[in-house]
Amino acid sequence: MSASLSQEQKVIHFLNRTSFGPTRESVQNVNRLGLRAYLDEQLDPEKIPDSTVEEKTAGLKTMRLNTGELFNLYPPPKVAKERGAMAGEMQAPRFIIFELQQARLLRAVHSQRQLYELMVDFWNNHFNIFAAKGADRWLTTSYDRDTIRPHAFGKFRDLLLATAQSPAMLFYLDNWLSVSPNTTLTRMPANARRRGLNENYAREIMELHTLGVDGGYTQQDVREVARCFTGWTLLRPRGDAEFHFEPRLHDPGVKTVLGTRITGGGMEDGIKVIDLLARHSSTAKFIATKLARRFVADDPPVSVVNRAAEAFRRSDGDIRTVVRTIVDSPEFYSPEVYQAKVKKPLEFAASALRATNAETRVTLQLLRYLGRMGEPLFLAQPPTGYSDLAVSWISPDMLLTRMNFAADLVSNRLDGARVQADALRDTQAFVRLIAPDSLSPATRAALAETDAREAPALLLAAPEFQRR
Amino acid sequence: MDYSRRSFLKSTGMGFLAFGLPPTFLVRAAGAEQSGRGKVLVVVFQRGGMDGLNVVIPFKDRAYYALRPSIAVAEPASGEARAIDLDGFYALHPALAPLKNIYDKGQLAIVHAAGSPDNSRSHFDSQDYMELGTPGIKSTPDGWLNRCLIEKRAADSPFRGVAVGPQTPRMLAGTAPTLSISSIEEFRLRNAAMAPALEKLYANSNDPLFRRGGNSLFDAMGKLRAIESKIPASTASYPPGRLGVGLKQIARLIKADVGLEIAFAEIEGWDTHVAEGAATGQLANRLKELGDGLAAFFQDLGDRMEDVVLVTMSEFGRTARENGNRGTDHGHANVMFVLGGRVRGGKVYGRWPGLAPEVLYEGRDLDLTTDYRTVCGEVLARHLAQRELGKIFPGFRSPSSLGVVV
Repeated sequence: MSASLSQEQKVIHFLNRTSFGPTRESVQNVNRLGLRAYLDEQLDPEKIPDSTVEEKTAGLKTMRLNTGELFNLYPPPKVAKERGAMAGEMQAPRFIIFELQQARLLRAVHSQRQLYELMVDFWNNHFNIFAAKGADRWLTTSYDRDTIRPHAFGKFRDLLLATAQSPAMLFYLDNWLSVSPNTTLTRMPANARRRGLNENYAREIMELHTLGVDGGYTQQDVREVARCFTGWTLLRPRGDAEFHFEPRLHDPGVKTVLGTRITGGGMEDGIKVIDLLARHSSTAKFIATKLARRFVADDPPVSVVNRAAEAFRRSDGDIRTVVRTIVDSPEFYSPEVYQAKVKKPLEFAASALRATNAETRVTLQLLRYLGRMGEPLFLAQPPTGYSDLAVSWISPDMLLTRMNFAADLVSNRLDGARVQADALRDTQAFVRLIAPDSLSPATRAALAETDAREAPALLLAAPEFQRR
Repeated sequence: MDYSRRSFLKSTGMGFLAFGLPPTFLVRAAGAEQSGRGKVLVVVFQRGGMDGLNVVIPFKDRAYYALRPSIAVAEPASGEARAIDLDGFYALHPALAPLKNIYDKGQLAIVHAAGSPDNSRSHFDSQDYMELGTPGIKSTPDGWLNRCLIEKRAADSPFRGVAVGPQTPRMLAGTAPTLSISSIEEFRLRNAAMAPALEKLYANSNDPLFRRGGNSLFDAMGKLRAIESKIPASTASYPPGRLGVGLKQIARLIKADVGLEIAFAEIEGWDTHVAEGAATGQLANRLKELGDGLAAFFQDLGDRMEDVVLVTMSEFGRTARENGNRGTDHGHANVMFVLGGRVRGGKVYGRWPGLAPEVLYEGRDLDLTTDYRTVCGEVLARHLAQRELGKIFPGFRSPSSLGVVV
């Protein structure tokens, strides 16, 4: 790689990092507006019309239903049986997840608000929940729509609070069951029968959501944070679920979290923890690192991380400001980080559908492909979510699945995606969308020996297209 | 009740606690590592929480019958639909009849009141904990089977760690490369015409990560194609379903000598909250599939079982008392099977904690007397010559040794 990127490479690099992959249209738009103005536009998504994706997702009716409605329309099999209804595939709870997955992929492929959708994916993953865990089957739709999406470009503190009070997170990390060990009530609510603290959420909010595992908290802090969050529970987890603070389950005693005394008791204790964590310097560094890893490199330059952390602190955790700082950094365009990231399966599939300008309608086959590549959407079981490191995504079986996806897509054997063969006939134009002037000798040689009709599939299966 | 007879078995491993190994064993293990036929560990995970008390029935513990008026399995002496006596205290569920023969041959060991010590009764958490090998700690980045592959540097084969199924289970996930294969037949490029170009492209790539990945892939695909022609159709009849399909593929890989060290298969459907059944019914159906599958695997591999140890586990057991729906709810300790040619079988291991109200775990479940990591650690140490158990199960020191494996 030369000393600096060519303008054409810069544009492709920029679109690889701030969208789900370049399209001919988006390249033209960047060329017309310039990188900076295009970024400004992307950082202000409300102003970008998005009618195509709205039309494409209009038929996904579960996306507009609240949790109570979802539970009623897609009851668990046992409830369906009690009602005497034969639960068909289309009425099973898993249908809700199917529609969520469809919406996620359609938005990744077709939304004009690419950077925003990318951040929605980032935060869903950062504050991961597992959509197939118990009541989360009905809670994830609202989690994505009402918890993550409104705050994806907002203040980190607001996003953190929204997740802390979301039924989906309260259920997933068990905080709704966490009860003051000192409670003396004789008549306990049903979910308090197992008395005692549950440290699950208290640990993860520090380890995974804010400070990071080396962020300077102790086991004692975990217990104290758990005490602060006692009483943060759920009403009707299987039904019209909502956050509820239950004073009878709360431990009102004095707590010390990260050296700060928290007195007074009540729901405010949890709010104080949220504020403390959101504004902690370890959090600024942890979030800055994770965002720099998403946008720049698996092991991002320290200079970028420091600048992003500083932006986080100065802006009181304004996500938009931090993202702009990272993308505006000179290191962002350094040759060392060009093509340095390996695409996650969603990024790979969406970028392939975008590059080939495929007419997309999300089918089970398409989603199954994502599953076999290792990223079934909304179904990461562990609270860590999916990895953003190259090494996690290139096992032989995952590679094979990517190759098969590429071949099926280009030959129109992928149910749900229709490619116009004419659109791909110009191999050189396709190469410029993937790796302008930067194909490896091996890929060039393979391309030279390949029939023009096979060329697009070969390119989508090549290492260059697995990277961004 | 005669608990003393089955109080902890002191015969073999005492004296080297925490998997400390006798020198003679090290010598033998080192030899085994160099031989052509590699040792294989197979883990069968039973997702959903199997009701161990109805699988290996403590029929001499009369509390069992009092706790389970409608779902208890009748004791061996009682005629029809009866449990199969193992040792005068425990009996095998009748649906597991195909395993009795293997038990009698001394190649099936059973460990009762075993499992994960964490008190979570969540399927997801308990499975995570069991798969990560760190009960109570969720942030462990990799599964314990993957750590085995990291710690035991052996020949470079794409088949060292294989899960049958579409995804890599957490137990096998991590930085060491593994394969998950739904089907040997489908592990191929759908557009075969592209294969030569892609193989060459990846082999010559200047991107080391993808060159390695591509080489493993084409290596594995090539070897698999070779297996297909080399392996005769299996004569063993595996039961239909995911487990049978999986075990059959694992057996093929073992017989093909492709360097398999660790394999993973799973069987779902153990969450018997309602209408669990006794000698017949819901649980019995699952057990039939399990027993038929394990017996077919055993028969399929024949002498090759000398090199194989298969361990079963489930995230938790179930309540000692049956619930209001003739089922059982999430509980604690469970039962594990260890099968293999070098297993000291024909015996039920583990201290029986009893089922009296005052000895039930948290007043409701079978108490745990053997950590599953004790069982697995022993298999790893003795069968796979794994010496770094502290890295496989960080923070765990086995309080005892069972002697389940020769």
